[in-house]
Amino acid sequence: MRGQAVTSDKEQWLNTQYRAAGERDVRFSTVSDLELDPLYTPEDANLNYPEALGNPGDYPFTRGVYPSMYRGRLWTMRQFAGFGLAEDTNARFRFLLKQGQTGLSTAFDMPTLMGYDADHERAMGEVGREGVSVTSIHDMARLYDQIRLDQITTSMTVNCSASVILAMYLVVAERQGATWDSVSGTIQNDMLKEFIAQKEWICPPDPSVRIVVDMIEFCCRRAPRFHPVSISGYHIREAGSTAVQELAFTLADGVCYVEEALKRGLNVDDFAPRLSFFFNLHNDFLEEIAKLRAARRIWARLMKERFGAKRTRSMTLRTHAQTAGVALTAQQPLNNIARVAIQALAGVLGGVQSLHTNAMDETLALPTEAAATVALRTQQIIAEETGVVNTIDPLGGSYALEALTNRMESEAMAYIKRIEEMGGMIRAIELGYPQQEIAEAAFRYQRQIEDKIKTVVGVNKYTTPEEIPLPTLKIDPAVEERQVQRVRKMKRERNQRAVKDALKRVAEACRCGNNLMEPICEAVRQEATVGEICDVYRTEFGVYKDPAWI
Amino acid sequence: MTDRRVRILVAKVGLDGHDRGAKIIARALRDAGFEVIYTGLHQTPEMVAAAAVQEDVDGVGLSILSGAHMTLFPEVLRLLKENNAGDVVVFGGGIIPPEDAQKLQEVGVKAVFTPGASTQEIASWVRENIKPRE
Repeated sequence: MRGQAVTSDKEQWLNTQYRAAGERDVRFSTVSDLELDPLYTPEDANLNYPEALGNPGDYPFTRGVYPSMYRGRLWTMRQFAGFGLAEDTNARFRFLLKQGQTGLSTAFDMPTLMGYDADHERAMGEVGREGVSVTSIHDMARLYDQIRLDQITTSMTVNCSASVILAMYLVVAERQGATWDSVSGTIQNDMLKEFIAQKEWICPPDPSVRIVVDMIEFCCRRAPRFHPVSISGYHIREAGSTAVQELAFTLADGVCYVEEALKRGLNVDDFAPRLSFFFNLHNDFLEEIAKLRAARRIWARLMKERFGAKRTRSMTLRTHAQTAGVALTAQQPLNNIARVAIQALAGVLGGVQSLHTNAMDETLALPTEAAATVALRTQQIIAEETGVVNTIDPLGGSYALEALTNRMESEAMAYIKRIEEMGGMIRAIELGYPQQEIAEAAFRYQRQIEDKIKTVVGVNKYTTPEEIPLPTLKIDPAVEERQVQRVRKMKRERNQRAVKDALKRVAEACRCGNNLMEPICEAVRQEATVGEICDVYRTEFGVYKDPAWI
Repeated sequence: MTDRRVRILVAKVGLDGHDRGAKIIARALRDAGFEVIYTGLHQTPEMVAAAAVQEDVDGVGLSILSGAHMTLFPEVLRLLKENNAGDVVVFGGGIIPPEDAQKLQEVGVKAVFTPGASTQEIASWVRENIKPRE
């Protein structure tokens, strides 16, 4: 047989027994539409154990980044929260910590995320709606009131105004008496994926990436326990990409940041250990687990082989994950509890370091306290009832999973190569390449739902005419008025001269290329606001406009 | 009434960057035979009304997921009226709770589509409810 075989055992089985048994008339493909074989066997899985898998904590970390994984320490249960005034969110944070949550994750409102003060006309109707409103250092101090920033890790989801928010966080920590090198957490700060998917920006790509690299450099020197960027596939997936595209574009963004930091003269083993990642957890169970395992293997190989990293921590892809917001349905919202549980289980079996589980009502509004609690309890059930944490990478070695992991790796590498041929990610973004690949995939998926090739329970199948509405969280419209008044009062009463001088120094740093972070820290101490500092960016670097491709 | 093709402005208001829905709708309406203009992200009500007048559209489809719909939809309606374009049909979609959707319809938004609405459903609604303006 060897060398001469025209049909393998598997093909023979498929052509005889399987065909005779017959199959249902549906498309057997993943959520991302990768067609699957009915069966995977040792011949598909290609299990070269030390080279492709390795033990947990060993290169290429396919089976996990730490030797003891969840037997050593469970993942961080980090529920994203933020709404209304800083004191409202502070109360939710303290509620979640009391419920057993182990880290904080902050959602800011749209004006804060886009670099506008609460009293700006563009903020009208949006203050405190989708997250917490932070305009000045005083809001930041209220947000983390009675929470010791040297004793908890905080994640902050903010990008184009991230430099200002990080500065405020560090200044609040210093006012609490903590030193910057004792503060740890993560700031999302991934501008490349903003242009690709989430689309919250101020300046064009080049200066945006310069600010990111300033923050990487600054954290290396001054806040070495902080993750200055969380390279995010989450939003790429939410915008409609396939799992392979999410994997490929995220890692290509990572490559771009590494290259830019190296150009700045940083040593790879000084900054790479502080890079972290953020992936989506969609409905397709095996596809998601395979994606996370492939991500670790690709990143380890890129860091070691291409960038010459020596430290283990430079090669390990440590990631946060969140269940897919797009997979939630407004119809029959209680079904979302089941979806979230399965998605979260994929994250855990995929070896994530930190996890957010969505609340069942998030396709309707920000979560109520009750819905947020069920979401957190879902993680606690996985951790403490299901037993999946007892064995590391328990699905490793499954023929189907290993074959899918290999396939995700090779398809993602083909994308990464194509982006490099275009001249790297910044150039690819300027050409609209990842954006249009995602829009195509999103349209294709929508078509498949409407043509009922893909099922969404409660939406295109098993629908019910009458829905029992869930109670949803309402943001009091008075919140906006209160915050606007508070911001105006603060702006009247501060030392105007000091603010002006501090903003001038930020502008100078923009122009001469010095690191922006020290002048921004000084500006926020002087009560300069998010909007004022971002206005400096607008003036010095220009404003990016949506190319509005359909 | 003319027999020219119906022109629709798909507009993304609010500060958020969620354009997946707007783009899918723009493309589906174009595929369904309408002329479609897409504004791109982060539009103010002023920008939307100005574009609607300048492009001489018959309908405006507003996409909003930032939670500011109760502020931004009525503002677009007001500005269209102010610009003698009060007969432009305004419809929209996004994360909009049912009670808000009802209020919006009371103030003149012709239809509000929420998550799960199909592009075919929206295209046939547009075909039935939006005709070329005189």
